[in-house]
Amino acid sequence: MDTKEVNSASTPLIISDGCCVHFGNIPALESVNFSINKGKKVAVVGPNGGGKSTLFNALAGLIPLTEGSLTIEGKNPNEVKGKVSYVPQKDLINWNFPLSVKQVIEMGLTTRNSFNLFSRNKVNEKINKALKEVGLLEKINISIKNLSGGQLQRVLIARALAQDSEILLLDEAFSAVDIGAQEDIMQLIDNINLDGKTILIATHDVNNLEEKFDEVLCLNKHCCAYGDPAEVLTPEVIEEMYGSHNSLLNNKAHFHKEGSGND
Amino acid sequence: MIEILLEPFRYDFMIRSLITAFASGAMLSLLGPFTINRNMGFMADAMAHATLPIIAVGVFLGFSISELGVPAAILIAIFLGLIIKNTNVGEDTAIGIIFSSFFALGFVLISLLNVTINLEDLLFGQILAVSVSDVYIVVSLLILVILVIVIYFKQLLFYSFDPIGAEVKGLNTTFLNYLFLILLSIAIVGSLQTVGIILVLSMLIIPAAAAKLLTETFTVSIRVSVLFGTISSITGMYLSYFLNLPSGPSMSLVATIIFVLAFLSNKIRKKGSLATATIS
Repeated sequence: MDTKEVNSASTPLIISDGCCVHFGNIPALESVNFSINKGKKVAVVGPNGGGKSTLFNALAGLIPLTEGSLTIEGKNPNEVKGKVSYVPQKDLINWNFPLSVKQVIEMGLTTRNSFNLFSRNKVNEKINKALKEVGLLEKINISIKNLSGGQLQRVLIARALAQDSEILLLDEAFSAVDIGAQEDIMQLIDNINLDGKTILIATHDVNNLEEKFDEVLCLNKHCCAYGDPAEVLTPEVIEEMYGSHNSLLNNKAHFHKEGSGND
Repeated sequence: MIEILLEPFRYDFMIRSLITAFASGAMLSLLGPFTINRNMGFMADAMAHATLPIIAVGVFLGFSISELGVPAAILIAIFLGLIIKNTNVGEDTAIGIIFSSFFALGFVLISLLNVTINLEDLLFGQILAVSVSDVYIVVSLLILVILVIVIYFKQLLFYSFDPIGAEVKGLNTTFLNYLFLILLSIAIVGSLQTVGIILVLSMLIIPAAAAKLLTETFTVSIRVSVLFGTISSITGMYLSYFLNLPSGPSMSLVATIIFVLAFLSNKIRKKGSLATATIS
């Protein structure tokens, strides 16, 4: 799909132009084009192995592109590392470590310079502010072992907030948390988004995306669609991503199908 | 009582041994909590066994085990790190191959080069044979390990907890990975004379495991681990002196007794809190 200008009045923050990533001979992303404006809340959907995490890794500057370009404010992701915060999938984190909530948030303020530039008061102030935003200030000294899945996710989001980055990447933010916790996290993301931050969330749930997100990026190695969820999430796009299982995934797809007379 | 405690200090060799035991115990138990929480026990064991060929060649060339410490540790750490990163047979398998093949190579070299080494001392430690220069080297290694951990603590913790998050934040994760491998290797090689190749793992992981059972947070577990590690090594030395027991195994057994006590205490505490919860 071609690059889509959603809001021509705003300057695009993230531009992917023919972005390709290969692992050896295996393509993970092929000619992906999109452009995300500042302050947007974007769902990144697609099947397992569809390239969601690969795209996030590329945006975070963790993996190089094979072809094309991917820029943040016109620069290579490696050059603007402080602009991006990444909340990885929970199973990529080593939960063996018995850390306090405060220690996890403080990681967001850790720099290459071992002699921290922030004073202790400044650090505490930033930690308290981030925890207040996610509603976990009272858990500051609690061990993360004693938190629920949803609370852990909020702690990781608080760590990202403490970094004060413009862009938040949340990989599988809703996995392994119950529906109530998912709603809490979504509410939290809405609040963060109101502060002007650009948020990309990889998710498997393609239901009601138009109620939750400004835009959706549909990936299945290539970009199947990008734009307003109410417009682009058609049965054809769902089928392009998930194959013949699309009817199992989303009633919305049928709604579109019937409404648009494509049947 | 004090007289009994001071008795070993009448002998120079015991003073040297006690200082070395303390330094080794502190060094290993300081790195232990990182090691067990990163599931690197097998890697550490492989590091200890991979020292054998280097020791064989080093002793053949006239160096002591302590003198070989730092260069051997760096070589082993980098080599292991590279092999694990660049093979696609799986980390455990790669470590297993290195572990056994290097150990075998060490024995073959000892035989081929006709190196005069007491294998029992090498495998289980012979702390009573440490020289003054050995003491200086081991204490220097302890100071080095402490300094590096203090300076890089936050970065190492971030990298160990969430390597991807640390990389996105701009930390040099390759450097941190090798830094920890080198520190671990230094602590292991530096402690070989104290507890030997086979038992060095016990002093690395047992005090840390006992500390983890009794503490809630990582920073406190490091302090408690160091306390247990040093108590184990010093008590082991006293037992060895008064009961004429081998020093390395004595230290390991004291560490194991501490672990068993910590395990029982943890169980009792959990039962107690469960009972309190049920009553309330």
